[in-house]
This record gives sequence, structure tokens and C-alpha cells, in this order.
Amino acid sequence: MRYMLLIYTREGEMSAEDAEATARTHHLVMQEASQRGVLEGAEPLTPTSAATTVRHKDGKVLVTDGPFAETKEQLAGYYILNCENLDEAIAWAGKIPTTCGGSEGSVEIRPLRVMNG
Amino acid sequence: MASARETLESIFREEYGRIIATLIRLSGSFDLAEESLQEAFASAVASWERDGTPRNPGAWLTTVAHRKLLDAVRREKTKSDKQPELEYEAQRLSPDPALDEESVEYPDDRLRLIFTCCHPSLSQETQVALTLRTLGGLTTVEIAHAFLLPEPTLAQRLVRAKSKIRIAQIPYQVPALEVLPERLVSVQAVVYLIFNEGYSPATGDSLVRKDLCAEAIRLGRLLCALMPNEPENVGLLALMLLQDSRRDARINEQGQLVTLEAQDRSLWDRNEIDEGLRLVETALRMGRIGSYQLQAAIAAVHAEAETSGETDWPQIAALYGELRRINRSPIVALNQAVAVAMSEGLEKGLSLIDEAGAHGQLDHYYLFHAARADLLRRLNRLDEARAAYSCALALTTNEVNRRFIQRRLDEMAGA
Repeated sequence: MRYMLLIYTREGEMSAEDAEATARTHHLVMQEASQRGVLEGAEPLTPTSAATTVRHKDGKVLVTDGPFAETKEQLAGYYILNCENLDEAIAWAGKIPTTCGGSEGSVEIRPLRVMNG
Repeated sequence: MASARETLESIFREEYGRIIATLIRLSGSFDLAEESLQEAFASAVASWERDGTPRNPGAWLTTVAHRKLLDAVRREKTKSDKQPELEYEAQRLSPDPALDEESVEYPDDRLRLIFTCCHPSLSQETQVALTLRTLGGLTTVEIAHAFLLPEPTLAQRLVRAKSKIRIAQIPYQVPALEVLPERLVSVQAVVYLIFNEGYSPATGDSLVRKDLCAEAIRLGRLLCALMPNEPENVGLLALMLLQDSRRDARINEQGQLVTLEAQDRSLWDRNEIDEGLRLVETALRMGRIGSYQLQAAIAAVHAEAETSGETDWPQIAALYGELRRINRSPIVALNQAVAVAMSEGLEKGLSLIDEAGAHGQLDHYYLFHAARADLLRRLNRLDEARAAYSCALALTTNEVNRRFIQRRLDEMAGA
């Protein structure tokens, strides 16, 4: 089963040291996942200040600045992992760092839909 | 002689969880398992009335349900070969099981079923409903009734849960060792929640509520049997038995709440007490103390007192002190304060109660105000007691509790 792990954190200033530590931990997780044949993809996102939202309304397309919703925590990156079951995905989610600027975040696990044909 | 239907009903309750657990393992589907078992029960009614009850009804039912399952899977397979959830281990099934085969040994799959039903990725209310439905074999109507929910709400909750288990692939297995302790805690919490739902003196169908307690105790026994080296399982069972032993004494004939102090102790269930006391000792001897064991030990001290005056309050206060080291909840602090009030003096207890509530976490907890009110009443500080009872009254929606507090207020008005 393929799962997408969506990382939500509070965007904020991070010291170079902290940023480096976070990046290092991500690399370790990716390395381990890759060695076990679980990793299918993982990438960080730029901050929401660079986001553009395109809304479909009345058959027209409306372009606005910013993320689709103002939330306390923002989507900061994702992993796609091929796991045996949800417990395995939960175990990986527990290893992924979510700290940003001193506050901890969360990882949402979404099973990817199986497309037929 | 019990009729075939009566025998079937008691078998149903006894065997439902075990059979469904096996069928789920074999089919990987909660729905198919349920349907097959329903069909097997229907066959049993007809067949047992005609030919008499088989010697081993449980094995009979499992075998027939098994065969129904195989049929259902074959039907599904011809309909669609693509559905991955129907990857069925057909070789595990003998194609034509002999119906009276008593040597068929099915392994007990109930432990994995419990852990799947109480998986933390399901909401706790869903965990409760699913546990009662699958392990307890309660119907959707019965569960909805017990939790005062509309039946469609409950039914939908179960449908969603089963679909999440399938789509997100919540595993059907006993969790890995590194997460087992925390997963077991959530299983125990579900069992105790079911018990408390049945035990809380709510108005409504008291028979259904009693059934919930019996079901929780049955689940508690099952946990002990399946994981006998977990002292908290034993502690939980002991706690439920000791609380349940007071069931008949805590509500009087007028449906009014009777405090522990005022209960007629001859109404306490001696068998449940004896078993509870034995279990508390067994658990404590394992040498890994935990919250359920301590609560059971406290209930045991109450159970051992012949009259309320003989209650060993210093011992209870000490046990609450131990409990606070594990559980820092202000509610535990509140209970300890009450025990101190009873053993070391009302004034001291009252100041500890105020300390427990100093951070405002208990402001909306009616028992905090009720406990304060009770001590103030005993101290003859009636104005303050009235104010505290009024706070408590405003905070509880439970009719039985409301009547109890109102009675106290009326008594003081008369005094």
C-alpha cells in the first residue's frame, strides 16, 4: 500500500544550525527508507509566501496570492512510502522531523488511491 | 431442556467474537465475515430445530460459517477478479469440511481483533462501537440504544470504520513489541469506557446498561486470558468487578443515588468482591504497579470494610498518593483530598481540595464542587455548602446525580 505522508509545520525563522539538523534527519530517514525499498519520493516545499492559489469559480479561473487557506500549520513537504500497512506508515511518520522555529508539527498519513487500468 | 433457539442465543453471545475473529483473518474483510456468520446462524436455527443441537455447537457454527465464507468469496471472485481485498487464502479452507468435525482447531484470533478495533487511528467512540459489535456480538440497535444514539448514526460510524480499516490498511495483527504497551493502554481504556458507560447512574434502560457492564467484564476476562502476564489487565478486571459488586446498593428503590457511606453493604455482591480481592493480590504480586491496579486496590479497601466507619481511610489516602505519582490528573488529587479529609480531618481535606482546584482545571467538574460542598456541610458551613452544591447542580446533566444534589440542598434548607 502506498501512503503519502504530508508534513505540516509552523512556518518560521530557523537558525542555520536547526535547519541543518532538520535536513540531516530527513536525509537519514530517506536513506533508511530507500535501503528498505520503501521510499518512492520525498521533497520539501518552499514557504507559503511563494504559493499561488488558482480557484475555479463559475467556469472561470481566479488567481490569488497565498495558500488555499490560512492555517496555523502549513504544508511543508511530503514523503511517498510503500508500506506493508498503516502501522508501518505510522512508524515512519514518527521518525520524520516536523520541528520548525522551535514548534513541533504533525504528519498526516493518506493512503494513495489505487487507480484501476 | 433449552430450545434450539435459546441454545443458539447463548452460543451466539459466547462464540461470536471468537468465530468472527477467525473469519476476518481468513477473508481479510469485516463485512464478509459478518455476513457469513449471520448466514451460519440462520442455518443453525433451521438445522438444530430439526436435528437437535450438535455436540459441539461452537465448532459446528465455525465450520458452517467458514463454508459460507468460501461460497461468498467464490461469488465475489467471479464477479470481479480485481478486488485486492479478496486475495483469499483458499488453500487454508478444506473444500468440504465435515459438519460434525470436532477436531477442527481454530487458533484464537481475538487478540488481533481487539487491537484492530482499538487502533489509535480510529476515534475512541468508533473503537468502542466496533469492539462491542465484533467482539461482543452486540447488534447495531443494541449499541445505539446503550449509547443513546440514533441507530443510523451508529450504523454509519461502523461502516466508516470498516471502510477505513480496509482503505488505510489498518493491520489485523497484534502490534509490534515497541508499540504494544501504548496500544494495550488504548484497549484497556476502551474496555473501561464501556464499563463506565454501563455503570454511570444515568436514566434510561437499566437492563441495557447492566449488559454493558457484563460485556466489559467479559472483555476484561478475555484480555486477562489472552495476555495473562499483564498486571494492568488483571487490575482492570479486578476494578470492574469490585465496582460492579456495589451496583445494587448504589441506587435505591426510588432510583436515587446512595453514597458509598450510606449503602446497605449486605446488598454488595460477595462473589464479585471475593474474585476482585483475589485478582488485586495476583496483580500486585506481579510487581509492576499501574493505575488500574491502584484503583482496584482502593476499591478493595472499601470492599473489605464491614461498615463505612471501619473504612481504612489512611490506607486509601496512601494509595491515592501512589496513584498521583503515575497519574498527575487533578481528579486524582481531588480524590486523595477526600481520603485525607476522612482520615486526617475535614479542614485539612478541604484545603487540599482547594489546592487541587487552584489552577481552575476542575472548575467545570461537578464532583469537585460536590466534594467541596460535602466537606463544608460536614463542617457545618452551610452557606458555603449551599453555594458549592448549586455550582455542582448547574454542571451535571445526569438526572440521577441532579436529584441527589437537589436532595442535599433540600435537607439543608430544612435544617
